[in-house]
Amino acid sequence: MSIGQFLSIFISAVFVYNVILSRFLGLCSFVAISKETKPALAMSLAVMFVTTMSSIITWFIYRFLLIPFNITYLRTIAFILVIASFVQLVEMIIKKISPPLYRFFGIYLPLITVNCAVLGVAVLNIDMFFVNGKAIEGSFYYSVFQGICVGLGYTIAMLLMSGIRERLDFCSVPKCVKEFPLAFIIASIMSMSFMGFNGFKF
Amino acid sequence: MKLERKEFIKGIIKENPTFVLALGLCPTLAVSTAMSNGLGMGIAATFVLLGSNIFISLIKNIVPDRIRIPCYIVVIATFVTITELFMKAYSPALNRALGIYVPLIVVNCMVLGRAEAYASKSSVKNSIMDALGMGLGFTLALLLISGIREILGLGTFFGYKIIKSYEPMFIFALPSGALLVIGLLMSLFGLLKNKKT
Repeated sequence: MSIGQFLSIFISAVFVYNVILSRFLGLCSFVAISKETKPALAMSLAVMFVTTMSSIITWFIYRFLLIPFNITYLRTIAFILVIASFVQLVEMIIKKISPPLYRFFGIYLPLITVNCAVLGVAVLNIDMFFVNGKAIEGSFYYSVFQGICVGLGYTIAMLLMSGIRERLDFCSVPKCVKEFPLAFIIASIMSMSFMGFNGFKF
Repeated sequence: MKLERKEFIKGIIKENPTFVLALGLCPTLAVSTAMSNGLGMGIAATFVLLGSNIFISLIKNIVPDRIRIPCYIVVIATFVTITELFMKAYSPALNRALGIYVPLIVVNCMVLGRAEAYASKSSVKNSIMDALGMGLGFTLALLLISGIREILGLGTFFGYKIIKSYEPMFIFALPSGALLVIGLLMSLFGLLKNKKT
């Protein structure tokens, strides 16, 4: 475990391999919800929370349940079930203890279950921080940190995109390019600029 | 028979999952760097779609309405696991190339979307037709995108070099090229649709 490792996870998860612009995870929510800044922020915060928590939970499930019983091939089923029930649980808790927060998140929370970014982080953590079915040193901390960083990368891309799209509302664009196609073309240019972070190393 | 043919054909152009319904875009963009990857992903997703559509239309009357989504996800995840193990055994190279995007078929909105919107309301026969049509539409879209990206970005077609002296535009093999290609293709589809109506 070293600071350098954490820094390189940070740089690669937030910038170089940005979850949306380079790995294409969570793309559906990215184009669907980035029309305005406020819902975009709500969605990003919800995603960040869920990626972090699901990194923790899936790490424990993999390390203490799937490996000892030698059923690692069931990881997809196990992870998606855990994530889905976790999201459901969070929704119920928020609804109970903080109705304003629940209204703030609205429908975005249940949508996260099928957000590929969440399952993507879980699978990525396993691929990166488990070698030959054994956890590498500090793999738990790396996993959690990667969960946070991926959420952060999602937030950055989401905020940039929604800011741009809010301004684009005032421009006249051809009818066939409106909405989705335009969003993708903008995302392409953003992704190009994020490529500039390539080569950052520690 | 006519109705079934309609169910099959609608997925290819009129309700193309990628360009018109905008479902399942994440894997589409990520694996479309080469045509062989696109084809592999298309076949894998079609298999999962077929399996889950059949199974879900069979159990649609048993599953309680409130917990249907988790049930569907478990069914889909089972078929994804089958695909993943199969791919690992028979085509490890493809499995390496597709990487984490194979398990991610579970959260491909196309599969869950068809299960929820179609298979949970239709007969088994129609669901099979729907799955095959949608799967074919998805595969064709993947082949189109990966074809453009491979030809422009790497100068090859299914791994074979076409023109020796061509200097590839590598940007098309990179993520930003993928987003650009899909943006332009979607606007083209929109243009064609607007013309027709």
